[in-house]
Amino acid sequence: MNSQVHVAFAGSGAPERPAGAPVQAFNIGALLQRLPAARTSFVIPAGILAIMLLCVLVPELVAPYGPLDMDAQALLSAPSSAHWFGTDHMGRDILSLIIHGARQSIMVAVSATLVALFVGGAIGLVTGYVGRWPDALFMRFFEIWLSVPDILLIIVIATALRPSMTNMVLTIGIVSAPRFTRVMRAQVIAIKHRPFVEAARAIGATDTDILLRHVLPHSLSPMLVLTTLGVGNAAQTGAMLSFIGIGLVADIPDWGAVLSQARSYLTVAWWFGAFPGLAITTLVIAVNLLGDALRQKLDPRGRAR
Amino acid sequence: MSGSGVQFLLRRTIGALGVAFGAITLVFAALYWLPGDPALLIAGDDAPQEVVAKIREKLGTDRPFVEQYADYVGKIVRHGDFGDSYLTGEPVMHRIVAQLPATLELTLFATVTALVLGVLAGAVAAVNQGRWVDHLLQSTSLFLGSMPNFWFGILLILFFSVHLRWLPAIGNGSFAQLILPSLCLGLGAAGDLARMTRDCILDVLREPFVVTLRAKGLPEKLIRYRHVLRSAMIPVVTMLGSRVGILLSGTVVIESLFARQGLGRIISEAVGAKDIPMVLAAVLVASLFYILINLLVDFSYSRIDRRVRLQG
Repeated sequence: MNSQVHVAFAGSGAPERPAGAPVQAFNIGALLQRLPAARTSFVIPAGILAIMLLCVLVPELVAPYGPLDMDAQALLSAPSSAHWFGTDHMGRDILSLIIHGARQSIMVAVSATLVALFVGGAIGLVTGYVGRWPDALFMRFFEIWLSVPDILLIIVIATALRPSMTNMVLTIGIVSAPRFTRVMRAQVIAIKHRPFVEAARAIGATDTDILLRHVLPHSLSPMLVLTTLGVGNAAQTGAMLSFIGIGLVADIPDWGAVLSQARSYLTVAWWFGAFPGLAITTLVIAVNLLGDALRQKLDPRGRAR
Repeated sequence: MSGSGVQFLLRRTIGALGVAFGAITLVFAALYWLPGDPALLIAGDDAPQEVVAKIREKLGTDRPFVEQYADYVGKIVRHGDFGDSYLTGEPVMHRIVAQLPATLELTLFATVTALVLGVLAGAVAAVNQGRWVDHLLQSTSLFLGSMPNFWFGILLILFFSVHLRWLPAIGNGSFAQLILPSLCLGLGAAGDLARMTRDCILDVLREPFVVTLRAKGLPEKLIRYRHVLRSAMIPVVTMLGSRVGILLSGTVVIESLFARQGLGRIISEAVGAKDIPMVLAAVLVASLFYILINLLVDFSYSRIDRRVRLQG
């Protein structure tokens, strides 16, 4: 669940970087150019994610059955050639449920991570650059925030709010934001006194200009890795909220909700509980592999492993 | 313990108390401003207005925020009183204190599992870098670290309780009942720790002091276990510290999945019933525990690596 800690290290490694080491600007073109060298480490996660994206966009083309098609002749039937992943207690095809549930599960994860990236990143960018008391104030506040374990805070908030897509995305996103703030801030602090920033200031660039044109582009690499891994964490959290019954209620259940229903049938239908979780795990593995590959590409120390 | 050590501990403890106080404020404020009226929940939806108003008055939830907050904090500071449960009317700490040991036991076993297996797997993978053992351990760790803990719990129940009938799936009290939930929480963390340990060991192996030790003719085994592992442990222990927070939150789902008593179960039940004093106290106890663990983690650095100086 928590590769975030892992990344926090790679990210917060920024201040210890030797003064002369190059700080890499975020440049998607250069990244793509260097891709072939590390093709294998990108191919597997990219392939998995492409298939999942297909499920999100056009589930009806991928799935063998509709998400709500019930087969009264095949209640809780084991995996077979007609139903690869078996059927549930209402005779719905589990593979089709998973494919149709992808949209909700993945949308929540991606949107929540984007909220965390923008909110957390913006605060980190500004506080890191401004420094002094606003920085100290926010850091104190986040220290308190992070002392309450994430999931507990999310559970408390999600219970009090009406379950809706927006509330779930905002809750997960905002509670995860401080991690993005910390990495962004560390990166900005490492960069803001570099000669090229001083040079920009010397030729009369405004603070806003410096921040958006010079500091921001050079701070994005670790944020990209953190965002990738964040999607995996958010997917797990979203599934967990649905699993304990405070997540989304929708016609087409998401992966966590399917698992929650499976709890009552564990003794009679292993496939019901096994496959929906495999979908979540596959998504998390794919983003973790992608995050690792990106980190290796972007790490200024250029580790080769 | 040296003088600077005591000073460090003191300063850090005061800091931790401040953070704990902030955590109370944060959760209290969040619960206050979010919609949902406990009085209505207790009285039931079709209760007459006067009854609901009376309950509200009795609970004190009709008062302004500052008054409620001051009252709440005052009682904690003066009497160690965290309030009474909205549901049972009993002091919330009674139930929490009674069930806390079950959660501590679970968290402790899960942490030990994670630390032992994670560090072992990471170290074995690192010294066998590039060989099949390394690949096997790495993919296993990735898989374990990527599974949602509640799904892993379901798999464990399916395999060990339903299929093999080796271990009980539910309840607490015996050691056998502790095994599956501890494995469920611990192995997930072990996966992440193993990947971290491997990376850190490989980093340390490239450091100049290792070259010096080799040049001095120290046996490779001694270098690895005495020097490299020790230096590599710092980030690993830090990660373990933050993992404890995740283990603690994991108990919310895992304790109800395995039908165990404990802090997590209290939270998941109280949250559904909008039993605010119970939620506040339970989340607070979990956070205090988490803060304490991280204090210990900070302090362990100087024990692990002598180069680290303690600074408040």
